[in-house]
Amino acid sequence: MLTETKIFCGCPTAFGAEPNTQTCPVCIGMPGVLPVLNRRALEFAIRTGLATNCAISTYSRFARKNYFYPDLPKGYQISQYELPICEHGWVDIASEEGGHKRVGITRIHMEEDAGKNIHEEKGPYSLVDFNRTGVPLMEIVSEPDIRTPAEAVEYMKKLRTILRYLGVCDGNMEQGSLRCDANVSVREAGSAGMGVKVEVKNINSFKFVERALAYEIKRQVKTLEEGGALVQETRLFDTQAGVTQSMRTKEEAHDYRYFPDPDLVPLVVDEKWIEEIRASLPELPDIKFKRFVKDYGLPEQDAAMLTEERAMADWFEEAVKAGATPKAASNWMMGELLRLLNKKNLSIEKSPIDPKQLVDILKEIENGTINRTQAKEVFEEMFNREFHRIYDTSGRIEVTLPAPKVAMTARQIIKEKGLVQISDAGELEKTVDEVLSASPDEVNRFKGGEEKLMGFFVGQVMKITRGKANPKLVNELLGKKLST
Amino acid sequence: MELCRLGIAETRALIDKGEVSPGEVLASVLGRIDAVEDRVRAYVTVTRERAGEMARESRGGPLSGIPIAVKDNMCTKGTPTTCSSKILENFVPPYESTVTSRLLEAGYVLPGKTNLDEFAMGSSTENSGFFPTSNPWDLERIPGGSSGGSAAAVAADECIAALGSDTGGSIRQPAALCGVVGLKPTYGRVSRYGLIAFASSFDQIGPITKTVKDAAALMNVIAGHDPLDSTSAPVEVPDFTAALSGDIKGMKIGVPKEYFIEGMDPEVESTVREAIKALEGLGAKVLDVTLPHTDYSVAAYYILATSEASSNLARYDGVKYGLRARAKELLQMYTETRAGGFGAEVKRRIMLGTFALSSGYYDAYYLNAQKVRTLIKQDFDEAFKKVDVIATPTTPEAAFKKGEKTGDPLKMYLSDIFTNSVNLAGVPAISIPCGFTGGGLPVGLQIIGRHFDEENVLKVADAYERATDWHKKRPKL
Repeated sequence: MLTETKIFCGCPTAFGAEPNTQTCPVCIGMPGVLPVLNRRALEFAIRTGLATNCAISTYSRFARKNYFYPDLPKGYQISQYELPICEHGWVDIASEEGGHKRVGITRIHMEEDAGKNIHEEKGPYSLVDFNRTGVPLMEIVSEPDIRTPAEAVEYMKKLRTILRYLGVCDGNMEQGSLRCDANVSVREAGSAGMGVKVEVKNINSFKFVERALAYEIKRQVKTLEEGGALVQETRLFDTQAGVTQSMRTKEEAHDYRYFPDPDLVPLVVDEKWIEEIRASLPELPDIKFKRFVKDYGLPEQDAAMLTEERAMADWFEEAVKAGATPKAASNWMMGELLRLLNKKNLSIEKSPIDPKQLVDILKEIENGTINRTQAKEVFEEMFNREFHRIYDTSGRIEVTLPAPKVAMTARQIIKEKGLVQISDAGELEKTVDEVLSASPDEVNRFKGGEEKLMGFFVGQVMKITRGKANPKLVNELLGKKLST
Repeated sequence: MELCRLGIAETRALIDKGEVSPGEVLASVLGRIDAVEDRVRAYVTVTRERAGEMARESRGGPLSGIPIAVKDNMCTKGTPTTCSSKILENFVPPYESTVTSRLLEAGYVLPGKTNLDEFAMGSSTENSGFFPTSNPWDLERIPGGSSGGSAAAVAADECIAALGSDTGGSIRQPAALCGVVGLKPTYGRVSRYGLIAFASSFDQIGPITKTVKDAAALMNVIAGHDPLDSTSAPVEVPDFTAALSGDIKGMKIGVPKEYFIEGMDPEVESTVREAIKALEGLGAKVLDVTLPHTDYSVAAYYILATSEASSNLARYDGVKYGLRARAKELLQMYTETRAGGFGAEVKRRIMLGTFALSSGYYDAYYLNAQKVRTLIKQDFDEAFKKVDVIATPTTPEAAFKKGEKTGDPLKMYLSDIFTNSVNLAGVPAISIPCGFTGGGLPVGLQIIGRHFDEENVLKVADAYERATDWHKKRPKL
């Protein structure tokens, strides 16, 4: 969870700090320390439960999950067992056959993360980093409703979108802020019950969700077809080899000896607070998607892409509010903006260009000052200049913004780059005549019926005018000249 | 008169009047420690230097200049805190427990950390990983436990007062056996932050003192909600000393038949019955009450307390602090650290608790014991509809000889038969001196109150103390 502090103490949760610099007596399990629940973590769990249509338990409990491991300083993990904070929810995912498929959510519970063991190659010892110990986690358990690896990926992506909308998790699988343990079972077509369940661990990207599951399904089917039997076990996905390997069988499974944590009183959540949290939820992706299609007349594909990230949707709506037509805003965002952001490895939140600046450029197209090609040049130029104004040369570290931010206008760049479109018919006519008299062969062929040569003439005019010619006017002039 | 013989109230008065200095009080206490400690062995660590600094710096505060011994299972920053266990022999806490923080604010002087049964598991202090403590009334005998060091230190005047912790009787039983006052507050009344956990839903810190008034004075300092302890109750804290009116006329005192059982020492029984009569003489109304599930309390207590302990003690794994066995691989390091660091009783309880929580046994043991716990709490709730406090013997017998019960854990567990129920119910209870056996050993009277009603418990105890001289008796050392 994206809380600033850990779930049971006040240590920061920031990723990537020097080992053991974000610890205190509580999170390293000193003798005598006690946990105190971070209210924010609870609020985040409730937000997530509400956004996934769960019932929120007004009475829940923390339990201890007991096992020994060096990265677990107390020898138990504080988790929830019998009475989780959220139960009986669902999310809809896009179905492969079109339309939607509902995936049930069994429960969502809160727990603390473990630390990290670092295995030294040079010495016969390992080190432990407790920075991550006590970072709040939510475990979201789904019903056995998912039927294919692709659905699993869709489900994971949908969860990620919702979690990011809620601001409770950044959804980064590589950094481990979103993790996935997948249970896989196969059964004969048409049979009723579920087959033997195998848990697959160590799936740390969306790509691996698909690969690990596809492999595991194939393995299980093959085993059964060859007359073998499956055993309930936990398997580890080997990302290098792309296969799953047995980690431990049911018989070797830990007995975690769960029992209610006597250091934490039963968690009683006030109905009123739940309603306050419900009222504070943002518009969720499914609803936003429908609204974008309905209110902006966007194609479903555009609406789906724009609503995948809340910041993207917000950017879009700001652009529309500032005067862009919805489809133009969508096209520019999906095209130029994303291309340039990806190039600089920036998220939409960090975009050097704001929606008003896009609208500024779009207006210059509308009033005929520049054409679409020139607009792209202006956009890229503006993007790069703003980027260098806001970020340092490495492009990574944000420098302090000059305040107030003086935004670049399209007009400035058009002027500096001499990009004003030539819409003077007289001036363009001269160029058109020049092109036609220099290419008598092409003119004859055109007149003989080779109409696709129109593109060649336009290209020549553009070349001479360095792309500044008003394409509409050029086409008109050429059409007139060549028809006589 | 030697200063070390005084209680908090008298010492306070002398210091405030300027008749003695904190340094003189400390010197007297340290002198007493020098004189008797080799026989009593109440302390794991005597913090001579630190005490000197604290006495010099003490100014203001209700406990300024008062030497108060602290059981060695409460974390004191920079001062070793061992839990009387080899596994924590070298452990120096980097933080201060809430209770000792409050004592510090009140200006106390720490003469040292007192001995206990390892991790507070025991009733005789013989389970200390270092050495046993002797009962100042008879050095051949045990002082009780697990706060045996604190009780013996108070009885032997090796401090002015002390803190103990009580999970199943660990304040009251040693207080009874050493002839001093010991109060286990309501669960949640005093913060457990920094108290090294034995059984989290039972553990409670409380005062062990020479008088009831001193117990009230210490409670005024240590009681109250602590944001660092989720189980500490956000309940108003009264001025406990104000409750000590001496007047108990018309108060209803319940006497449960289940606490006068066959097999208990007849001398203890008659002494306690005498004390109850004395209360009646002070104007209280004595009524019969029943606590019908008392028989199940020891069993329920040992299932629940050991279950929690098995988990609480998992952190002593050699990875972060304390003892670490040198080994070639992880499992070996774990097993050798814990095999070498824990004593037999601790290991026994870890095994009992691990078993009770195991898959397939959880319902039969842990869950049923929790149900019994609820029934026992309901017994008290019912009884307290009829009476204000309940009076019982603290223990079934006076201090026993060292080694007498070490071979029979069950017999040892039964020393807490009259104290366990109180921890299961979470109610407050005090043990006060109420007489002696023919052999000159102290006997304790236990007074139990409603949740968060320490005031009535202290009031009755104080009224009895005013009317009797038992608390003034001192062992001849």
